[in-house]
Amino acid sequence: MDDLDKQLINRIQSGFPIVSRPYRQLGRELGISEKELISRLARLKDQGIIRRLGAAFDSKKLGFTSILAAMKVPQNKVDAVAELLNSYKGVTHNYLRDAEYNMWFTLIAESTVRLAEIIEEIKQKSGINELLELPATRLFKIKVDFNLEKNA
Amino acid sequence: MNMKQKIIKELQGDLPLSPHPFREIAQRIGSTEDEVLALVSKYVKEGVIRRLGAMLAHQRLGFVANGMGVWRVPEEEVARVAEIMVSYPEVSHCYERPVSAAWPYNLYTMIHATSRKQCEQVAAGISQATGIKDFRLLFSTRELKKTSMVYY
Repeated sequence: MDDLDKQLINRIQSGFPIVSRPYRQLGRELGISEKELISRLARLKDQGIIRRLGAAFDSKKLGFTSILAAMKVPQNKVDAVAELLNSYKGVTHNYLRDAEYNMWFTLIAESTVRLAEIIEEIKQKSGINELLELPATRLFKIKVDFNLEKNA
Repeated sequence: MNMKQKIIKELQGDLPLSPHPFREIAQRIGSTEDEVLALVSKYVKEGVIRRLGAMLAHQRLGFVANGMGVWRVPEEEVARVAEIMVSYPEVSHCYERPVSAAWPYNLYTMIHATSRKQCEQVAAGISQATGIKDFRLLFSTRELKKTSMVYY
């Protein structure tokens, strides 16, 4: 990654131009051609630095409902429970964390009824009842732009 | 599927890396480039699209540590404390969530940094700045799933 890659990454995490030729506009901002901009993006995606170029949605505004949940999973059940959770398309993030509640996941569903059903199903299939349901009651910040310093 | 759902279906994936990405999307879903541009702009304005741009593999960029700070904050102090927390660039998310007998923490911060130690320093700084002493920092030890929601 060179400085231009870093500038591009800093620029493109939000505010993608909604115009007919967005890559030409981004290229102009960074002083490179449309073609070079596209090939740099393609490379950053190939390298796995950019996971996806697209939109992140406010699931609530699309009528969906979401929750953070945490489970107390015994060490010998971690893989099986992870597999169970990850089989739901609405489970978008799942991490092991070093705490007594050790498996933390987010779940998005099309309705509160469906969400409750899935949580119940997870408890039943895993045989684990120690599950915290932690819906957000207030949102103070959601921002995932990372600032890359030059020569960092 | 209505036009809104069709557009969401396209943007929840990857934008085409070609000179006219919105025209390409329009052709796929039976619309025009102008209509797609107008609708995407509208969804950004309405907040249905929270962010349009690149989703990064931040671990690949050196932000290898992520600690979830959980804080026990008196109800009447939540707004004041959250205001201080969100001012830290390392804090990407800040939410209030319900407490239970099993889990007394009500304020959550995702802290991203280049090392565990740096995460700990940020949390210690927040604790000092806010006066909230009862907190824990839960580090992720394994990523089990990280993906974007497929809505339609």
